[in-house]
Amino acid sequence: MINKKVADVTEALKGVSDNMTFMLGGFGLCGIPENSISELVKRNVKGVTCISNNAGVDDFGLGLLLQKHQIKKMVSSYVGENDEFERQMLTGELEVELIPQGTLAERCRAAQSGFPAFYTPAGYGTEVAEGKETREFNGKMYVLEQAFEADFAFVKAWKGDEAGNLIFKGTARNFNPVMCGAAKITVAEVEELVPIGELDPNQIHIPGIFVQRIFQGKDYEKRIEQRTVRQRD
Amino acid sequence: MLDKNGIAKRIAKEVQDGYYVNLGIGIPTLVANYVRDDIEVEFQSENGVLGMGPFPFEGDEDADIINAGKQTITTLPGASFFDSATSFSMIRGKHVHLTILGAMEVAENGDIANWKIPGRMVKGMGGAMDLVASAENIIVAMMHTNKVGESKLLKKCSLPLTGVGCVKKIVTNMAVLEVTDDGFKLLERAPGVSVEAIKNATEGRLIVEGDIPEMDV
Repeated sequence: MINKKVADVTEALKGVSDNMTFMLGGFGLCGIPENSISELVKRNVKGVTCISNNAGVDDFGLGLLLQKHQIKKMVSSYVGENDEFERQMLTGELEVELIPQGTLAERCRAAQSGFPAFYTPAGYGTEVAEGKETREFNGKMYVLEQAFEADFAFVKAWKGDEAGNLIFKGTARNFNPVMCGAAKITVAEVEELVPIGELDPNQIHIPGIFVQRIFQGKDYEKRIEQRTVRQRD
Repeated sequence: MLDKNGIAKRIAKEVQDGYYVNLGIGIPTLVANYVRDDIEVEFQSENGVLGMGPFPFEGDEDADIINAGKQTITTLPGASFFDSATSFSMIRGKHVHLTILGAMEVAENGDIANWKIPGRMVKGMGGAMDLVASAENIIVAMMHTNKVGESKLLKKCSLPLTGVGCVKKIVTNMAVLEVTDDGFKLLERAPGVSVEAIKNATEGRLIVEGDIPEMDV
């Protein structure tokens, strides 16, 4: 088996440099690649474009990169909950491209799957479709959207093996699987890294072919944005 | 006049046995509380879960299990998790039967605006554009007028659109209306609300045919 294991996050992010485009998994703070984000902050890479559904909160997730003015452009579907983001957006420091969530997911999957573009009904007749080709199929209008191009994809899985096979947990799955193999290099961090042969092939969500580097993550904080509970009777 | 829970309660009557339903944030989330318990319905959340259950008991929260509003949730027996592309395949592919969402404005031709107010911080459309462009059955849950008393049911939306010609039904604090080729058709009045009051609160074309029954909520 081809072994994808790297020693640590430092080795996993080898080759990362200024002005690159990154994909980062996660929905809100759920399933974000915490270790890779910390390393990007530490390396202080600048001028990067981040493709990520959200932009974190002020002091966690991609908010950490925003604080240090490392991000040039965000490509997201929803960016609330972040004051520093708002400030940088309003002053024009930060370029923001907002796109429908399903289109964001599909532009990743298209990149992963070798499709240059696809038609979607999302955004037809709105400002999202401005300047884009539209076309009618069976009486309904669609917008042509293109696959993303990215240098690195940073994803987070629950379990993985050294062959790069991944298993996700709960809704922490979200954008992570569709970003695997959608960039030139996919870096997967996992809560539990096991030797080759330990995972049941029937249970694999993402085959290792889509992953170039895998490492054992550590110190997961897994912050909850909206802790909502009901009372016990 | 209905309150937010009243609107949710009325919309819950539109939910039928065997439906997969996507609920938006705000009033739509409350609909789950009023669905009859003698029918089988599954709630989808576009971040990647089908078969959502109630909020967890205190101490049982799991950071890896949330809804599209980023709230901690539980799942019911038979639930499933999936990636974001699969989630929107369910939506664009019309496998989800009913979408219930809020709006800032709805036009008499079914256009909807609910994501952006020029000059204010824009948070983004999230999954709203995919949902409205795809669902066969879209119900809007909203107040009939805005905070300064202006109608939210308009001839033409003034805010940037989320989708065109897609809304089928609207349930407000004052009325149930259907979007037809000729405008908003008044179907039901909220308890204690007159047809005249609804006319005054509706800027778009309102069609009133015969006696308009009071809602049963």
